[in-house]
Amino acid sequence: MAHQGIGAAVARKEDRRFLLGKGNYTDDITLPNQTYAAFVRSMYAHAKIVSIDRTAAEAAPGVIAILTGDDVAADGLGGLPCGWLIKNKDGSNMLEPPHPALAQGKVRHVGDPVVMVIATSKAAARAAAGLVEIDYEALPAVGLLADAVVPGAPAVWDEAPGNLCYDWHIGDPAATEAAFANAAHVVTLDLTNSRVAPNAIEPRAAIGHYEEASDHYTLYTTSQNPHLIRLLMAAFTLHVPEHKIRVVAPDVGGGFGSKIFHYAEELLVTWASRKVGMPVKWTSDRSEAFHSDAHGRDHLSTAQLALDPTGKFLGLRVKTLANLGAYLSTFASAVPTYLYATLLSGPYDMPAIYAEVKGVFTHTVPIDAYRGAGRPEASYLLERLVDRAARQLGIDRIELRRKNLIRTDQFPYQTQVALQYDIGDYQATLELALKANDHGNYAKRQAESAARGKLRGFGISTYIEACGIAPSAVAGALGARAGLYEAGTVRVHPTGSVTVFTGTHSHGQGHETTFAQLVSEKLGVPIDQVDVVHGDTDRISFGMGTYGSRSAAVGGSAIVKALDKVIDKGKKIAAHLLEASVGDIEFKDGTYRVVGTDRTKAFAEIAFTAYVPHNYPIESVEPGLEESAYYDPKNFTFPGGTHLVEVEIDPQTGVAEVVDVAIADDVGVIINPMIVDGQAHGGLAQGIGQALYEEVRYDASGQLTNGSYMDYCMPRAADLPNFKVGNHVTACTHNPLGVKGVGETGAIGVPPAVINAVLDALAPLGVTDISMPATPEKIWRAIQTAQARTGKGA
Amino acid sequence: MATITLKVNRQPRTLACAPTTLLVEALREQLRLTGTHVGCDTSQCGACTVHVDGRSVKSCTMLAVEADGAEITTIEGMAQGGELHPMQAAFHEHHGLQCGFCTPGMIMSATDLCRRTPDPSEHDVRHWLEGNLCRCTGYHNIVKAVRAGAAGMRGGK
Repeated sequence: MAHQGIGAAVARKEDRRFLLGKGNYTDDITLPNQTYAAFVRSMYAHAKIVSIDRTAAEAAPGVIAILTGDDVAADGLGGLPCGWLIKNKDGSNMLEPPHPALAQGKVRHVGDPVVMVIATSKAAARAAAGLVEIDYEALPAVGLLADAVVPGAPAVWDEAPGNLCYDWHIGDPAATEAAFANAAHVVTLDLTNSRVAPNAIEPRAAIGHYEEASDHYTLYTTSQNPHLIRLLMAAFTLHVPEHKIRVVAPDVGGGFGSKIFHYAEELLVTWASRKVGMPVKWTSDRSEAFHSDAHGRDHLSTAQLALDPTGKFLGLRVKTLANLGAYLSTFASAVPTYLYATLLSGPYDMPAIYAEVKGVFTHTVPIDAYRGAGRPEASYLLERLVDRAARQLGIDRIELRRKNLIRTDQFPYQTQVALQYDIGDYQATLELALKANDHGNYAKRQAESAARGKLRGFGISTYIEACGIAPSAVAGALGARAGLYEAGTVRVHPTGSVTVFTGTHSHGQGHETTFAQLVSEKLGVPIDQVDVVHGDTDRISFGMGTYGSRSAAVGGSAIVKALDKVIDKGKKIAAHLLEASVGDIEFKDGTYRVVGTDRTKAFAEIAFTAYVPHNYPIESVEPGLEESAYYDPKNFTFPGGTHLVEVEIDPQTGVAEVVDVAIADDVGVIINPMIVDGQAHGGLAQGIGQALYEEVRYDASGQLTNGSYMDYCMPRAADLPNFKVGNHVTACTHNPLGVKGVGETGAIGVPPAVINAVLDALAPLGVTDISMPATPEKIWRAIQTAQARTGKGA
Repeated sequence: MATITLKVNRQPRTLACAPTTLLVEALREQLRLTGTHVGCDTSQCGACTVHVDGRSVKSCTMLAVEADGAEITTIEGMAQGGELHPMQAAFHEHHGLQCGFCTPGMIMSATDLCRRTPDPSEHDVRHWLEGNLCRCTGYHNIVKAVRAGAAGMRGGK
C-alpha cells in the first residue's frame, strides 16, 4: 500500500460525488409534502412597523400561513443569542439588545425579516410575500460606522447611548505611555478595514421538519456547526430539549465564517413546520444573502508605533471602532476584541501594547466572523503601520521586519496582549518567501514594467494568526459562552474497516480525506476503508464545528486520541491472543507484535476478535472496538509566515494587476500538502479580493447599494495569478499532531501585502495612502491628487 | 402550462412548464437533476452552466420553453458507464474543487472551451472562465485541472 498517512498528497475521497453532480446540498433535498417559505424583509434601514395587513396575501393561491413577529412572541420563541460576553473597561457588561427572529415593533436594517409567508410552492410564497402590506413610519438611520459615533447620531438602540455596544481595552496603558515617552520616532496611521461579504457560492438554505408521531424536529441547514445550532435552539430560541432536535448540515457549499451563526431562518422554518404540519423549506437568493448573511470586517482605526533610534519597536497604541451592525450576531462581539486586539503584537517583539476597541451599532446587517475574523484586521493594521514606519525612518521594509521579528530563541513568547506563542520561525518563512519571489531580481522586473509604461510595486507582510480558540476554561473566563473542545469517535468494524465521526464540519476543507489519512497513519488501514461522518447531530455525539482553522488542530487531535484508545484496547486483545503481557505488545504499520519476536496479529484480526470474542479476555476487556474522545487544547496554535506581492499599475487607467504572489507559511505539520496548498490559494483569492475588488457599500441612510453579483466585485479567474506557495514547518508543541491550521492564512497575510505593493508602486508619484479596495478609480484619483500637489507627472 | 419535449442526458423527456419556468428550475425541480446549482440571481456565478445542443449556457438565463427540442447535457450526463469524463478526472487529480458547489458549472463551461479550443493556454482558460465564480480555490488548481482535462479530452493523456 502506498503511503496514505500524514504527509501524503492523496486525491480527495469526497470529490466523486461532487464531480458527478451527486452532492447533497440543502436546497437539493425535497421532503414529502414540503412547503416553501419566503420572507418579507424591511426596505428601510430604520422604521417603526405601524401595521401589517395580511389580507391580500392570505387570499393568494397556495398560501398556507403568514407569520409575523407577534406570532413569534406569542409562541415564546427566544431571541437569537450572542455567544460571547465582552466586559467594558469599567467591568460592566456589554449591551445585548434583543434580536427577535421576526422584527417586533421596529426594523433596524434593510433586510430585517418582518413576515414569513408559507405556501405550496416557492413561486406562490414569493408572489404572496409581495402582497403583504406593511405600513412603516420611517425613522432616521445611520448606515456608516463613522457617522454612528457622532453626537446626535440616530440611535439604533435607545438603551445604547452613542450606539455603543461596548468600550473594551487590552494591554498596559502605563507601560505603553512610557514607551512612547521614550521613543525616538512615533509613526501614526489612520486606516479603514473595509466591509466585505463572505459570499459562499451556495446561498443559505434551511428545511424544518416536525414529525408529530415522534414529537421530533429535524432541521437541514447550511451550517458550519450543526451541534452549536442545536444547542442554541434547545437552550435559547426554540426551547425544545436537544434529544428532540436533529440538525443536519449536509454538503455545504462554502462557509468562510458566514455559516457559523444561528440565523433567524433556521429557527423559523423549524418552528413553522410544527404550526403548518408539513416540512418548510427556505432558500436564500443572492440579493437576500447580501441583506441577511453576516458581513465581515468594517473597522476604523488609529494606530501609533513607537521606535527607538535604530528602528526597534518600543510600543504600539491602537484605537479601533468596530461596526457590529444592528444586532449582535452569534460571535460578533468576540471578533474585534479577543480575535483582533490579542493579535496586535503580530510576529514582532513588541514590548508594550495598549488597544482600545469600541463596538458600535449601525443600521446595517450584523457583522461577524469572516475568514480570518479579527486577525486580518490586526495584520492589516500592523503591516501597513510597519511599512509606513520604514518609509518614515528611511529603513528598508524587509530589514525593519528582520530587526523586530521574534527570534526562535524567544519562544515560548509571551505577548503584551494575553497570547503566548508556543513556537515559530518567522525568519525562515521570510527568507523562503524572498527566495520564491526571486527578490534579488526585483529591480530588473521593475525596469521591465517601467519600459512598458507600468508602475511596479513590491509589497510584504509578515503575519501571525491564532487558530483553534482554546482552552475552554480560558475562553470562558474571557466571556465565551461555549466550550471550545472537539469530539471524535472511531468505530472499527468487525472486518477492519473504519467509520470516523467528527464534530467538525467540512464544507470544502476535505476532512473526509484528511481525517481518513489520520486513520491510515495510525492503524495502517487504507483510506478507501475509512468513512468520515460529519454534519449530523443524530450520528455524531457532539461537536463545536468548523471555524477559526480549528478542525485539524482540535478535531484531528480528538480523532487521534480516540485512535490511541483503539490501539490500546487492541493491545490487550493481541496480548491475550499472543499469550504475552500487554507491556510486551507493540503496534506498528497495522500489526501487533510481541516485541523482538515474529509473533504478530494483524489489526483486522484483532478487530474481528473484538466482535467475535470466542477466544477473548472477556473478564477484563469488553467486546467491540469503538472509542470516543473529547479534546480540549492547551492553547491556540500560531501559524505565521511571509506574503510577498508584486503589482503592476497602469497610471493612465489606475488598474492594478497582481502579477506575482509568493508566500511561505508555517502551518505546522502538514497532513495533506495538496489540500493545504488549496486552502492557501482560496484564502489568497479572498484576501486579494478585499484588497483590490470587494466592498459592501452602504450609503449614509443605511441602504445597501451593491447587493448583487452584478454590483459586488469578486475576483474572477483572469484577475488572479498563479500562486507560489511554500511552507516551513515548526510543529505545534501542544497537540498530538503538531498541526496549526491553514484555512485563513491567505486572507490574513495577503491584504496588507497587496496594499503595501500598490503604495510602493505609487510612492514615486507622492501617493502615501490608499484604502481597500484599491479600485482603478481610487488609484487614478490618488495619482491625480498627488500630481496636482507635487507637480510630478506619472 | 406549455408542454416541451427535449433530450436530457441522452434521455427523451416531456415536461409541462409554466412559461416563466427557467431551464434550471425545470432541471432541478422537475427532473431532480440537482447537480446543476444556483448561486446568484443575476447570471454572474455560472454554477448553473449546462450544455444546450453542445454549447455551454447558464441555465438560469434561459426559459425552459426555449429548450423545447434541444439536447441538454448536465453534469449528471458527463460520466459514462461509471467512468469520469476526462475533465472530471482532471478536477479530481488536480484538486480543482473544494466545496463542490461551483464545480458542475466549471466542468460544463471548461468542456465547452476545450471543444472550441482543444489546447487552451492558461490565459485562454482564465479568460474563458470569466463567467464562473469560485470562492474556494482561487482558481489556481481549476486552471491546472482544465488544461489537464483538455489534454485528456484530446486523448493525449
